[in-house]
Amino acid sequence: MATPIHRYRIVQWIDYRLPIFSWTNEHLIDYPAPRNLNYWWNFGSLAGFMLVVQIVTGVILAMHYTPHVDHAFKSTEHIMRDVEWGWMMRYLHANGASMFFVVIYIHIFRGFYYGSYKSPREILWWLGVIILFLMMGSAFMGYVLPWGQMSFWAATVITNLLSAIPWIGETLVTWLWGGFSVDNALLNRFFSLHYLLPFLLCGVVFLHIWALHHRKSNNPLGIDIKSSKDTIPFSPYYTIKDMFGLGIMLFVLAIFVFYLPNYLGESINYIEADPLVTPPHIVPEWYFLPYYAILRAVPDKLGGVIAMVASIAILFVLPWLDTSKVRSARFRPLYKQFFWIFVADCIVLGWVGANPPEGSFILIGRICSIYYFAHFLIILPLLGKFERTKPLPESIHQAVLPSESPQNASGVPPDDPPNTTSPTPPSTGKQ
Amino acid sequence: MTDTASDNDGTKPEGEETRRDFLILAAGAMGAMGGIGVVWPLIETMNPSADVLALSSTEVDISSIEVGQSITVKWRGKPVFIRRRTMDEISAARAVKIDELSDPQSDQDRVQEAEWLILVGVCTHLGCIPLGNKLGDPRGDFGGWFCPCHGSHYDTSGRIRQGPAPENLKVPEYTFLDESLIRIG
Amino acid sequence: MRYTIILVAILFGLTLVTISDADAAGDALEPPDHEWSHTGVFGTFDRAELQRGFQVFQEVCASCHSLNYIAFRNLIEIGFSEDQVKAIASEYEVEDGPDGEGEMFMRSARPSDYFPAPFANSQAARSANGGSLPPDLSLMVKARDGGLDYLYGILVGYEEEPPDGFELAEGMSYNHYFPGHQIAMPEPLYEDAVEYSDGTEASIDQLAHDVSVFLAWTAEPELEIRKQTGLKVLIFLAVFTALIYIIKRRVWAKLH
Repeated sequence: MATPIHRYRIVQWIDYRLPIFSWTNEHLIDYPAPRNLNYWWNFGSLAGFMLVVQIVTGVILAMHYTPHVDHAFKSTEHIMRDVEWGWMMRYLHANGASMFFVVIYIHIFRGFYYGSYKSPREILWWLGVIILFLMMGSAFMGYVLPWGQMSFWAATVITNLLSAIPWIGETLVTWLWGGFSVDNALLNRFFSLHYLLPFLLCGVVFLHIWALHHRKSNNPLGIDIKSSKDTIPFSPYYTIKDMFGLGIMLFVLAIFVFYLPNYLGESINYIEADPLVTPPHIVPEWYFLPYYAILRAVPDKLGGVIAMVASIAILFVLPWLDTSKVRSARFRPLYKQFFWIFVADCIVLGWVGANPPEGSFILIGRICSIYYFAHFLIILPLLGKFERTKPLPESIHQAVLPSESPQNASGVPPDDPPNTTSPTPPSTGKQ
Repeated sequence: MTDTASDNDGTKPEGEETRRDFLILAAGAMGAMGGIGVVWPLIETMNPSADVLALSSTEVDISSIEVGQSITVKWRGKPVFIRRRTMDEISAARAVKIDELSDPQSDQDRVQEAEWLILVGVCTHLGCIPLGNKLGDPRGDFGGWFCPCHGSHYDTSGRIRQGPAPENLKVPEYTFLDESLIRIG
Repeated sequence: MRYTIILVAILFGLTLVTISDADAAGDALEPPDHEWSHTGVFGTFDRAELQRGFQVFQEVCASCHSLNYIAFRNLIEIGFSEDQVKAIASEYEVEDGPDGEGEMFMRSARPSDYFPAPFANSQAARSANGGSLPPDLSLMVKARDGGLDYLYGILVGYEEEPPDGFELAEGMSYNHYFPGHQIAMPEPLYEDAVEYSDGTEASIDQLAHDVSVFLAWTAEPELEIRKQTGLKVLIFLAVFTALIYIIKRRVWAKLH
């Protein structure tokens, strides 16, 4: 594996025994990536970076935090006031969690739009959904740790959901609590698990990237890589582009950390947990709001829990629900519209989740929840059957390099659309 | 048709190359600065926090200590021996030949006022607390302190005389605020 | 695409309309907008305000409210000298012990001690205040929606008489900005409640302003350094990102 660095004997010696240099070269430097990736492809690396930020700040915080009901709140204030740069570590970690979710949601919706979940990337997608579940678990447990009013009551409400499970529900909740209510036993084990989950996450991320590298990245056109003309080496092109995206993300993160550190949070969490006083409105962090809305939309307790879990679990079967042979929404004019409606639906669900379940919120919440599932279970399968997709370009490089194609690079193809994922309907040549 | 980045074929103007090199150098330098700017606070968070620093000195009222009596106070999580020495103990300390000591130090260098010996009560070998401050404690062969862990003997000035300890018992930073009050640390 | 946008807009509009109906907090008025020196990107605390606010806290609020997260040594940050801090601390007594006999005892406070609470526990606080618990004030500015403006509003928002038709419960006072308009705390501030050591006129407005700023500091003592560091970080990132972008364009230019 001859790379420039291999001219050093020491590099050869190490590489022969543990191929870290060859491996780095294969996966970070020479790795072939489609030449037409747009900025929506930056968000994977941004998510990886945020994971590192959370782990580093988290380990630092854990040096100063005490996971006991009598000391949790106070030790968090100790971090804010007495530990050098403690306020910065805490705000980085709290706002970092939000940034992590922003980045991951954009990453997921990129997948929706460009069909990145389709064959042969189904397992890559599943690993992603597992990552999402692990992130949600970590975030939920992390929020309990400062032991504010919202920490306590969100923990109470959400852990109580398990009691909806028939027969074993109550026992399960008692087992989870390690007691008869949310108390010290729960706080302590949440701290332990909150420390553990991110490292499980790292393992799943490794598998996620391995799966990605095996079949290579998708691209905005949604068509396969045909030859090396379609790709460019990851370094320097995407390394520098990722660095740029990182700079933008860090800028946004810094605005929150240094100037709006509590904007995304709940003020009531600066009051120490009181098991005898329930706050007037119990609201999760913003990244859980859509699921919270779905939970409350169903009048039945167990039904609400099932709907909430199903809203994410349904992503596992998405590759089979979406029956279209065309990956990218660029060539699916109908799907494109439904995609944006779906985005709007998720945002409205979030808004509903932020508000008390009263008045018109109830109706809107139900409509949007039903629509959410309809999008996956009805619209996508039907679209695949009946949508007239636009003809696909012959290859990536032909569509992207202006000197190659007869027209300019916009995916307008030659007369015979060649086979890509599978036969597309004959082109009429019209948009 | 080339499909990979082409090398500079030598026809690019000179200015172009130096400008690119400058950009990369500038970015690299800023990146390094940024890296240090990130790592430094991470290291500093492990420094003693403000509340710990606030307790880094303690004031002790020594007015009730009799001659020949010792007390132990806690300072920075460690025991501090405060002994009001008798005349015999002082003269014994001063009679010792300095070059016979494995850690040479004169008694005068170890006290501000001869009567008051203030030492950190942690054996310089491996950190046990030597005996000798309480009534009935063994004091070792030199009238000072005796460490039971590995048998180090300290004299009436707290200097190591026998045993594996490499150094004399440490004298902490202290000040006499007045006749009856000292501040340690 | 066009009708997608229209649909999205309608959905948004619907939701917004339903929001503006009811303020879930119980139709309390928006607190008045007030000028504070520490808000904004370049904000800093005014040390004179902080010290006056501290005086108000000491003389008015501390009889009922604790300040558990502030130690006397923190007062150095609002402009007192080490000697002044020692003097302030020594005016207070804190519990220590056990002594040689195993008894707890009181001693005068040192800078490393925290502000002693006026009541031994919450039950004692309730019984001395008609069943209501005066909350700790260290974090109050962060613990309430509306923050500083809300706190200031409460302090200046009392009315002698509730408006016609309003049922005021026994022992409660009417307040414009408190949710529900009935507050258990009687009006704490009045003209010249405190004689400021720097001679500033002690109107209710001034007292409320100063003690609010003091509480803003107790909640966020790191505010000034946070904003300063933020400015440096943002400038660095802006320059660095611009540099990276230029390099990125040049690197990618090679492809075409």
